[in-house]
Amino acid sequence: MASNRANQELPVIARFEVRHRNYLAPDGSINRPLPAFASDARLLVALYRSMMLLRLFDRKAVALQRTGRLGTYAVSLGQEAVSVGIASAMQEEDVLLPSYRDNGALIWRGVKLEEILLFWGGDERGNDFSGPVHDFPFCVPVGSQAPHAAGVAYAFKLRKEPRVAVCIFGDGATSKGDVYEAMNFAGVHRLPVVFVATNNRWAISVPLRLQTACETLAQKAVAAGFTGEQVDGNDVLAMRAAAEEAITAARDGKGPRFIEAVTYRLGDHTTSDDASRYRSTDEVQACWKEEPIARLRSYLVGQKLWSKADEEQLAAECNERVEAAVERYLATPPRPPETMFDHLYANLPEAYAAQRHELAGERDA
Amino acid sequence: MPRNAMSLRESAMPEMTLVEALNLALARAMADDPSVVVLGEDVGLNGGVFRATVGLEKRFGSERVLDTPLAELLISGLCVGMAAQGLKPVGEIQFMGFIYPCLDQLVNHASRMRNRTQGRLTCPMVLRAPHGAGIRAPEHHSESTEAMLAHIPGLRVVMPSSPESAYGLLLAAIRDPDPVVFLEPTRLYRAAKGEVEDNGEALPLDHAFVLREGRDITMISWGAALKETAAAADALSAEGILAEVVDLATLKPYDEETILSSVAKTGRCLIVHEAARTGGFGAEIAATVAEHGLSSLLAPVTRVTGYDTIIPMARLEQHYMPSVERIVTAGRKMCQFS
Repeated sequence: MASNRANQELPVIARFEVRHRNYLAPDGSINRPLPAFASDARLLVALYRSMMLLRLFDRKAVALQRTGRLGTYAVSLGQEAVSVGIASAMQEEDVLLPSYRDNGALIWRGVKLEEILLFWGGDERGNDFSGPVHDFPFCVPVGSQAPHAAGVAYAFKLRKEPRVAVCIFGDGATSKGDVYEAMNFAGVHRLPVVFVATNNRWAISVPLRLQTACETLAQKAVAAGFTGEQVDGNDVLAMRAAAEEAITAARDGKGPRFIEAVTYRLGDHTTSDDASRYRSTDEVQACWKEEPIARLRSYLVGQKLWSKADEEQLAAECNERVEAAVERYLATPPRPPETMFDHLYANLPEAYAAQRHELAGERDA
Repeated sequence: MPRNAMSLRESAMPEMTLVEALNLALARAMADDPSVVVLGEDVGLNGGVFRATVGLEKRFGSERVLDTPLAELLISGLCVGMAAQGLKPVGEIQFMGFIYPCLDQLVNHASRMRNRTQGRLTCPMVLRAPHGAGIRAPEHHSESTEAMLAHIPGLRVVMPSSPESAYGLLLAAIRDPDPVVFLEPTRLYRAAKGEVEDNGEALPLDHAFVLREGRDITMISWGAALKETAAAADALSAEGILAEVVDLATLKPYDEETILSSVAKTGRCLIVHEAARTGGFGAEIAATVAEHGLSSLLAPVTRVTGYDTIIPMARLEQHYMPSVERIVTAGRKMCQFS
């Protein structure tokens, strides 16, 4: 008791708070006044359509994998609102640095479905995609694209360009030094970068409580000297609003922001994973009640912005689009083997040109 | 500059040190190209722990010459992001012993950005680090682990050994459209002196340099160990053995042609490197000579290298590094074969 009293006499020199953002309850009802963009019915429908397309595309991708026509694939099931909401708040000239579960953001930014299939089908050409030419490809090593985002944002600042780098990674990535090093640097230079942690609560089999003792991931921004906000990642309106605010602030020179998007990975980590080994069906079933697509649908239907007929038409459209993409993907032959040398260097050194000839079967290289 | 025009020997003309030549090249590159930025720990006001970046911050501003937080992974990762955005970052790692946190970035990102995006994004970055022992530095300050970097496809690895090559190769590395690891010989930073003309001329990044022409034995080395190699060549010439000294200069890619044509001429191939022997880059050269130059050999290919031990700290480091005596002994023995 005596020591407690002594401690109380020490002055508090820093405090922090973390805010949580949510508009739509799981049943589609509204918890607080909606952001301005929510009056744009076309935008809301576009968000809905994108999430649905992603879900149907994922379903097809898994089917392709199960039948040996696609490699390992990571579904976004349950997390569609995160990548779609974030991407919807970006400008074309901004730079996306995604991780491997951010198909929703890539598709929103113009990457073709067949290009995503090509990548997961084991073809580098999938990364030479139709999205913005400056966007980064999927980062497979966890969190190691965060320093790239800081470097990209530094280039924007140096050249005085009003552009923003947006980096998305998972909850597991927040345990890595890469992410902290990048955030720390971004804080020092007040860089135009937004870091988004998709907290789906599982890093393969490791639950969040084994990643961190922190109450929130958002508070990790505090240590880097800027604001972190926790967002209901199953509420696409909250994701879009948080991203819009953060990206606008970054563009206006107000420095970096961090968004923790709390969601749940309803599917397996990838097609190579079996999540039933480490988490209960009850937990997954409970989380299905929170999922983002049904939530937005309930809201849209309640607002008379969406009908059963719309739903049927959308499903048909999406399936048609996905099937056409699958056809184009499957019809794409592998590139000639020797092309593995073609983008190794800008100009292939002589030393390796001989190996290219060897592979191409040109004996007299 | 012709291949054989460079020399480790002191010039009678006005001289500068190797580290001054690096500074000159950095300043030249920054003046020529506004997209060049220099970043690292202490590179700003302090001018780098070896003074390679001295004066750059004052001349080009702290936005282009930035002191980073103390985080090597970050330095290399920032370079990747900057490079993908069209900047030409030159990152400095204070000692090679601290480069290892950068390996993930070098292997997984820098070296393969061009390939994995099929040329859509590229990574024109340079990561500079001093390598090698012999300056009585603390633990972890004496590494020569170039072979592990030379194993990474998509990367270039460059190791200058003189002020002239430091200037020309660094300019080349900065102008190159792909990632380059640039390893500088710590103990030659000030010991190696030579005349350097600030003419903005880059050297090729895949050419070995014949520093000294010879008849009896080819001695191949790179970086700091060239000092002892050249001294050994001097000693052997007093015995009537004329050694040809080849500065490999670039390990990835490396100049097979110069090596093979020299060995074809001399019939003997002695490789000298400071790094540990097993899996060292000397093994790569020996294999190349075995594959393509066996018929010209008059003696077994021989390596004089650091031992397969942890590089010892200051008290024993001279026993680890290839000495002039070890090189001379090996060269003499090779010449007794025929």
